Amino acid sequence: MDYIKAFITGGVICIIGQILIDKTNLTPARILVCFVTAGAILTALGIYDPIVEFGGAGATVPLPGFGYALAKGAIKGVKELGVLGAFTGGVTATAGGITAAIVFGYLAAVLFDPKEKS
Amino acid sequence: MDSLDVKQKKINKEYQDYANSLSPKSKVFKNCMMAFIVGGLICTIGQLINNLAKIYYGMNKEEASTITSITLIFIAALLTGLGLYEKIGKRAGAGSIVPITGFSNSIVAPAMEHKREGYVLGVGAKLFSIAGPVLVYGISTSVIVGLINYFFVK
Repeated sequence: MDYIKAFITGGVICIIGQILIDKTNLTPARILVCFVTAGAILTALGIYDPIVEFGGAGATVPLPGFGYALAKGAIKGVKELGVLGAFTGGVTATAGGITAAIVFGYLAAVLFDPKEKS
Repeated sequence: MDSLDVKQKKINKEYQDYANSLSPKSKVFKNCMMAFIVGGLICTIGQLINNLAKIYYGMNKEEASTITSITLIFIAALLTGLGLYEKIGKRAGAGSIVPITGFSNSIVAPAMEHKREGYVLGVGAKLFSIAGPVLVYGISTSVIVGLINYFFVK
């Protein structure tokens, strides 16, 4: 059941992205930025938590989920460390993903060459 | 004469609206279906990794979510290197951009493309051509959220 919920939740978030691409002049880069920021803001407002509760990976795998993890981390950091946590919490919570993206991204870019455009 | 012009323009516009209402809508619908299916599938794979991490490695929610991101980022980086992610992206649109795999793709693709410019200003810098802005706005927002929580939510 949680697979179906993940499929639907993730799919709907991607539809929102597709509509933004087709109906506005937003480039993919801007959409990525908007989605991460929106995810963080929605988390702060308490709106994204129920979506994660329902959709599981369907809500955490799309980019608003990255914003969710950042904001969640910052809130948790503030609870544990006070004002310092606002600065350390977000990146602490997402350190695994950010590091993986840098390391695997670097390795892939070095090891592979761009394919000829056909 | 003037009224005829206006009338003609009105007809033109009506036709334009009519034509617009037919063609792009079905294209947008088709794009949305593709985005839904591909995005949904990527998230389902994420859910699978998530469940495996919880069941077999006894990870908690946050750890499972992190390992899911790391695994998907690895797969997407590899597929981008092999030139396969672009092929998926051509059909899937937002379905391949919005999930974390799209973030990984946005890191590898420009870095690979600019390798000729060297390993520091080519690969090293271009890794962040899209990821940079995402991190800038994402992390800044998280700090603001944290500060608001510190000062106003007790």
